[in-house]
Amino acid sequence: MGRMMLRGGTAAIALLAAGAAHADKAADTLRVAFTKELESVDSYFNSAREGVVLQRAIWDGLLYADPQTGEYKGNLATEWNWVDDTTLELKLREGVKFHDGSDFTADDVVYTVNFVADEANGAVTQRNVNWMDHAEKLDDYTVRIITKEPFPAALEYLSGPVSMYPSDYYEEAGPSGMGLKPVGTGPYKAVSVEPGKHFVLERNEDYFDGPKGQPTIGKVDIRTIPDVNTQMAEIFSGQLDLIWQVPSDQAERLAEMGQFTVANESTMRVGYLSMDAAGRSNPDNPFTKLEVRQAVNYAIDRQTIVKELLKGKSTTIDTACFPSQFGCVQDVTEYPYDPEKARELLAEAGYPDGFTTEFYAYRDREYAEAISSYLNAVGITTDFKMLQYSALRDLNMKGEVPISFQTWGSFSINDASAMVSQFFKHGELDDARDDEVLAELDIADSSIDPETRTEHYGIALQRIADQAYWAPLFSYNTNYVFTKEVAYTPTPDEVLRFHTATWN
Amino acid sequence: MLRFILKRLGLALLVALTVSFISFSLLFLAGDPAIAIAGESANAKDIQAIRELYGFDRPMLVQYADWLWNALRFDFGQSYYFKLPVADLIAERLSVTMTLGVCGILFALLTAVPLGVIAAIRPNSLIDRIALFLSVAGQAMPSFWFGLILIVVFAIQLGWLPASGASSWQHFIMPTVVLGYYAMPAIMRLTRAGMLEVLSADYIRTARAKGAPEGRVLFKHALRNAIIPVVSLAAVQMGFMLGGSIVVESIFALHGAGYLAWESIGRNDLPTVQALILVFALFYIVFTFLADVLNAWLDPRMRSA
Repeated sequence: MGRMMLRGGTAAIALLAAGAAHADKAADTLRVAFTKELESVDSYFNSAREGVVLQRAIWDGLLYADPQTGEYKGNLATEWNWVDDTTLELKLREGVKFHDGSDFTADDVVYTVNFVADEANGAVTQRNVNWMDHAEKLDDYTVRIITKEPFPAALEYLSGPVSMYPSDYYEEAGPSGMGLKPVGTGPYKAVSVEPGKHFVLERNEDYFDGPKGQPTIGKVDIRTIPDVNTQMAEIFSGQLDLIWQVPSDQAERLAEMGQFTVANESTMRVGYLSMDAAGRSNPDNPFTKLEVRQAVNYAIDRQTIVKELLKGKSTTIDTACFPSQFGCVQDVTEYPYDPEKARELLAEAGYPDGFTTEFYAYRDREYAEAISSYLNAVGITTDFKMLQYSALRDLNMKGEVPISFQTWGSFSINDASAMVSQFFKHGELDDARDDEVLAELDIADSSIDPETRTEHYGIALQRIADQAYWAPLFSYNTNYVFTKEVAYTPTPDEVLRFHTATWN
Repeated sequence: MLRFILKRLGLALLVALTVSFISFSLLFLAGDPAIAIAGESANAKDIQAIRELYGFDRPMLVQYADWLWNALRFDFGQSYYFKLPVADLIAERLSVTMTLGVCGILFALLTAVPLGVIAAIRPNSLIDRIALFLSVAGQAMPSFWFGLILIVVFAIQLGWLPASGASSWQHFIMPTVVLGYYAMPAIMRLTRAGMLEVLSADYIRTARAKGAPEGRVLFKHALRNAIIPVVSLAAVQMGFMLGGSIVVESIFALHGAGYLAWESIGRNDLPTVQALILVFALFYIVFTFLADVLNAWLDPRMRSA
């Protein structure tokens, strides 16, 4: 349904709609569209990109990572230091108030950390919080966070998904109450929430002078409009000021028209092929052979896929992580497009006439089809199956998938552990099960010393590339389209930050 | 008449039960709900914990019986996705869908029946041709396309109507036209065919021969008979509009029950899907039941059926 609508609709709207756009600058309201219905505004109880956007507007973390440089700055905490490998001590900012008027103190940190770290409370993305064991209050403005094991990426998580909630209110309202009536310290307050459909934010006039800076736009009005063409119609008719995640063909046409600002920025999402090297689906499957996996890597013209399909700031990727992530060492074995070589390698592996395999994907059908045809071209005949995410995940976990097109966004965590360690530590999604890689990752994941970490991630990533366990393909990008009255600079982490948007 | 109604009611309930059981089984085949709930980052342990928490590890029949028992007490549980009571969620979304469905079917009937009658009175005339053209166009034009054209013309170029949302009656004009226009052709052609057939019947000639006024012949004698199949069709169309307005709800960002159902399937949100299917099935049943009763009233011969 969606695809047809997109293709048909773009032409119509781009051709016929040349009306004058007028933003709602006069009312000081930035009108934005979400595509997906957000499950809950409580940031610990959703796993959606839209949720991260609201989280950064409504709440603050203890720390803040500069989206361009990755440098850590104090946010709700002003100082921090590791007391030992598992104890992080933080001094809190004084004089900060929550939107309900209560003061931000150590009690709020302790309550929030202890609540979300407890698995029984069911925070959706356990990985974001389960590294914390608990928090302790030393005095009103000093806390300690105790991690379960040495966890070097702690600062990254404290400046990302872990935000601070008001203890009294959260205790009383709980996640569902917080989802309907969110209260935080952030640059914007939520004044109205219609679950999944409509969110209205208002500038927090008492926002503290932190690294996020003061918000300038007075109101943000977000409506969920599932159809991209309707979003475009609304921006044309002056009923929206900003849309994002606009597909590249639409964005191109809109850019040509010159009526709007079209900004493209890369995201941390990486597309890759996972191959059953461990022989979980079948001990004799072709992907257990190194030459076959290398052949797959050589067979795909990633450059052309990026240029013709993904476009924008997407690039080809050679590693099992996103290049900006800490520890994502780039000097690993590369596999340029070489179909001849791929055929030779297949012959060496004992498949001179190729073979037939099931090939799975769960999103971006056109990319998967392109990959599939490149594989067919070197003799790997694919029986292509497009599944729902949960259905494919189920098969992945049972180890029944010989080769699949997968993507991973690392939850915008700028640390290699959020990707390579997620998939190569012999978990149920690990199709390589390489002990050497596991040993290296164990060292890198638990060392506090940055150099040790880089070194061991490097060895692990090199081994993954040499063994061609994956065929890393490309990074994703996203398009932001906004009226000429709006000034906004997108960041590479795919988080829309309302507090940095201004009127022209 | 009472026996007829009771028999129909019993049959209707059986249909509702069957539908809900089939949908429950299909959803189970479609994918593990625990994985969908656990999200991207979960490991096998998290998923197992969720499986136990929600009781997915029990046999399917036990889970179905459990669901049915609660549903009978109007307890549809919590949406896995929104973490809100399903009953509230559906009540909120259903009002949009109901408004849209009622407006849509009224639009369809008010345009299709008069057009069908006129076309039948003057078969092969210009007006018949125009009516035929309208019906072919309505059938051939996908509703997402028609919807977008309306948006381009009335929201962007003329600026008369809002393109999306559901906050005022103006928001419902374009969705009503799109949804109604899709149902119109079938109703119109059935009216025309019915009228043509009836108009050539003996009793119409008799009515005309005894000097009854033409208006009375057309509406009292002819239309009353010709409309019987139209009533049944409109009932089915109405059910279809309530459950199947996904495309229209999606284009105009109406956030109705049809769109909720469509999205909930993708999210493996079992309680929401189950409750919606039951609601939609009940609607179909109620409408076909009402149509049967209405037809029985229009045509006494059908009461023995």
